[in-house]
Amino acid sequence: MLVLLGLGAIAAAALLALSGLRDQAAFFYAPADVAGNVPPPDKAVRLGGMVERGSLKRAADGVSIDFVVTDGKATTPVRFSGIAPDLFREGSGVVAEGHFRRDASFVATNLLAKHDEKYMPPQMAGKMHETRTLEEQR
Amino acid sequence: MSVNSGAARAARDVAIVSLCRRPNAGGDDRPRFAYPGRVPALHAFANPARFLKIARPLTPIMFWAGVVLIAVGCWAGLTQTPADYLQGETVRILYIHVPAAWLGMGGWSSIAISSIVFLVWRHPLAMIAARAIAAPGAIFAALCLITGAIWGRPTWGTWWQWDGRLTSMLLLFFVYLGFIALAQADRERDGDGRIPALYGIAGTVLLPVIRYSVVWWNTLHQGPSIGLTGSSIDRSLLWPLPIVLAGFSFFFGAVVLMRMRTMLAREKAEARLRRRARA
Repeated sequence: MLVLLGLGAIAAAALLALSGLRDQAAFFYAPADVAGNVPPPDKAVRLGGMVERGSLKRAADGVSIDFVVTDGKATTPVRFSGIAPDLFREGSGVVAEGHFRRDASFVATNLLAKHDEKYMPPQMAGKMHETRTLEEQR
Repeated sequence: MSVNSGAARAARDVAIVSLCRRPNAGGDDRPRFAYPGRVPALHAFANPARFLKIARPLTPIMFWAGVVLIAVGCWAGLTQTPADYLQGETVRILYIHVPAAWLGMGGWSSIAISSIVFLVWRHPLAMIAARAIAAPGAIFAALCLITGAIWGRPTWGTWWQWDGRLTSMLLLFFVYLGFIALAQADRERDGDGRIPALYGIAGTVLLPVIRYSVVWWNTLHQGPSIGLTGSSIDRSLLWPLPIVLAGFSFFFGAVVLMRMRTMLAREKAEARLRRRARA
């Protein structure tokens, strides 16, 4: 009896904690999450999504890059100065650490590459693979 | 049930010593099943003497099966599979990382099942099993975190981030350490094992959180590759994985059996010493 009560209490506590965490435990914002509600410039946040194909441009200073992050619903332009991880590329996932500017563009101080759950040999990549990390999650 | 009273302890000592004796070895008139509490229905399967009879030959079988399968699986994973289209050779750490995660979580499931068996049927063997699983479980959880960090550096560009999957797995590692400390303290103070058993059940809430963290929240860690309906890992990369999974599981089982046998022997020796001191 005591065991059952204990189990019930544990399950209830876990559900409560999870429902409380639901929105707070997200590792990053997606562009659609911040549309119309941009976090203030002094707040350090992470922005995650897919690097839009054809959006990656190297700036004139040689160390900065500009690209657009998309989650399929909204897009955010990002500027980053520094060394990007090897797996950072167009059409793949990225998590940028930094802050928003007033005009809703994003300044990244660090980039993390996010890959998806598909693994395959290189010969198959072109035919079968389409990276859709974030779209599939949503 | 006052467990810390001398009478209860003496009764339990008699129970452990007589249970450890081989069935029908020598005719003594001491009560064979004097363990305080209900006589469990599962007793026939949980008798330590019978357990030892099975565990003794099973330990080397599981150990060598595990070692051979791990060796074959690692050889296959390192030399016989193609590199990943995106990550290249880095992907091969999968063949250690996935079994480590599987056993870190599977170990806690086993602790929870043992704890329930212990609370319901009050059989000391179940608590011994839970204590035996805790240390290798914690080591595999740590191995999962370490291989994950080594994998994360070249792919994601970071050793560690506080995302949902990584954080919940780290919590599981700490929960393991808590269980080890609690079970140890309970044993040293002659406790009845109920508190570590309840803790063993409570910790289970972390398992679905770890499993679904990548679905519920935005995380840096990718989504689940292996589900009930299939896998998003290509067949050519996937096939060594069941081999290493089976290998590490056998190895884990062998370590648990060794630890259970050691713990039973120690309990038996301690109980005999106490009985001699009282006589």
